[in-house]
Amino acid sequence: MRYVAIGCCLLALIACKREAREVRPSPAVSSVLGDAAAESGLYPGGAPAHLVVRNPYEGNAYAISEGQRLYNWYNCSGCHAGGGGGIGPPLIKKDQRDWIYGSEPSNIFDTIVKGRPNGMPTWGGKIPEYQVWQLVDYVRSLNNLEPKAATPPRTDSLEPKTSTILPNKPGAPRQ
Amino acid sequence: MNQSMWHTSSGSNAAHIQQLAVCFGLLLTTIFLIVLGIALLTLRRRHRGIEQEPLEGSHQPSPQTEDRLQTVVSVATGLTILILFGLTIASVSVGKIVSASVAPPASMTIQVTGTQWWWRVRYANDDPRLVLDTANEIHIPVGRPIAIRGNSDDVIHSFWVPSLQGKRDLIPGRTTLEWLQADRPGEYRGQCAEFCGLQHAHMAFWVVVEPPDRFKTWMDHQLQPSAEPVDDQTRHGRDIFLKKACILCHAIRGTDAAAQIGPDLTHFASRRTIAAGTLANNKGNLAGWIADPQTIKPGTRMATVPIQSAEMQPLIDYLESLK
Repeated sequence: MRYVAIGCCLLALIACKREAREVRPSPAVSSVLGDAAAESGLYPGGAPAHLVVRNPYEGNAYAISEGQRLYNWYNCSGCHAGGGGGIGPPLIKKDQRDWIYGSEPSNIFDTIVKGRPNGMPTWGGKIPEYQVWQLVDYVRSLNNLEPKAATPPRTDSLEPKTSTILPNKPGAPRQ
Repeated sequence: MNQSMWHTSSGSNAAHIQQLAVCFGLLLTTIFLIVLGIALLTLRRRHRGIEQEPLEGSHQPSPQTEDRLQTVVSVATGLTILILFGLTIASVSVGKIVSASVAPPASMTIQVTGTQWWWRVRYANDDPRLVLDTANEIHIPVGRPIAIRGNSDDVIHSFWVPSLQGKRDLIPGRTTLEWLQADRPGEYRGQCAEFCGLQHAHMAFWVVVEPPDRFKTWMDHQLQPSAEPVDDQTRHGRDIFLKKACILCHAIRGTDAAAQIGPDLTHFASRRTIAAGTLANNKGNLAGWIADPQTIKPGTRMATVPIQSAEMQPLIDYLESLK
């Protein structure tokens, strides 16, 4: 009986989406959003059949941690800082009504890919789509919009440093 | 890139390590053989009458045997202590020599930053025009002490060129110093020697030791901006590089690409390998690497960039023109 229970627990792990590490993105991950992202709830002539675009990495801890790495690599932090905002608006919202262009995965995806007025660059074609989804995952996790269990307390690696190369000067710190 | 089973040292520090290894090896093998020989001798020598007359608790060896045993055991213990002490002194003193962080007046300083899973190499210079950024390949002149300033971007790595120097850990947030000197020209493989994640085994580099004049030619060439495309094909390739995700991570001096996240590709075609010693640098391997890096090196930080098949040939033609 005990072995059956242990076996069931192990089987349950197979279905654990949080732990899945898909290092090789499949082409199926790519999807064209088109008009899926709606920034307004008003539709002339009644709401269309809602097209739901889901983030393929939703609730995946690895994707969130990759998103955090890419957030610094692609210099999102240059404008949005650690999420508190700077040149760009804060990504950690005090109030969920503060999202200018919506907080749904498809909205954030559009914001990154298409850019937004007043400074948000168009990243489409520059950041591969699967990485955009990872960034979407991370930005949403900053606002507790991803399952808490999937949000790691730190990145996979150590906290990245801004400067790693020291100047080669006599007075430069040794050791 | 000849690799032999038996590594011979090509640098003064590695020579010390090699001497130590040979000394340990010979001495310990000799001792092992002697002990084994004695053990075999005792097997051959049949003990008289031990089966017929089991030793009793009250059995006492004769005073002569007692004396002899005492001498043998004392001498053996004394010898063991002496040998171990000698080996300890030899080991510690070699360790002190090779790990000396203060180099003899070094002819130059190279900053090596380990990062998952490749090596960022920067030739330091007080004149910023002479600072050179490259990756996964270190050229040094023969017979000159070189200071290596090690650092890490993420986790602990270890810089190791067995033919030139012992291992030195690269620790995030800390600068480790070591020096090496190559006494013979050649190409020496280096390898990360501290487990650092999924692709630790594919984190290699080459140290190319050249005569000083050839080194200077290499250095002068590397300091130049990248080669201008000469025909439409490579020009098209450059446009693709600058238009795609490549530009977000890589730098090619002389173009708009200036990102410092991935390896500097300014003189990419002059390097021997792709992806930190994973593949030989040729067009076929490069196309495979760009099209699907995650199959060649699962987990690598190189992104899978969607590139249409018609764009691949110009792109690799351009990259392989960056001599």
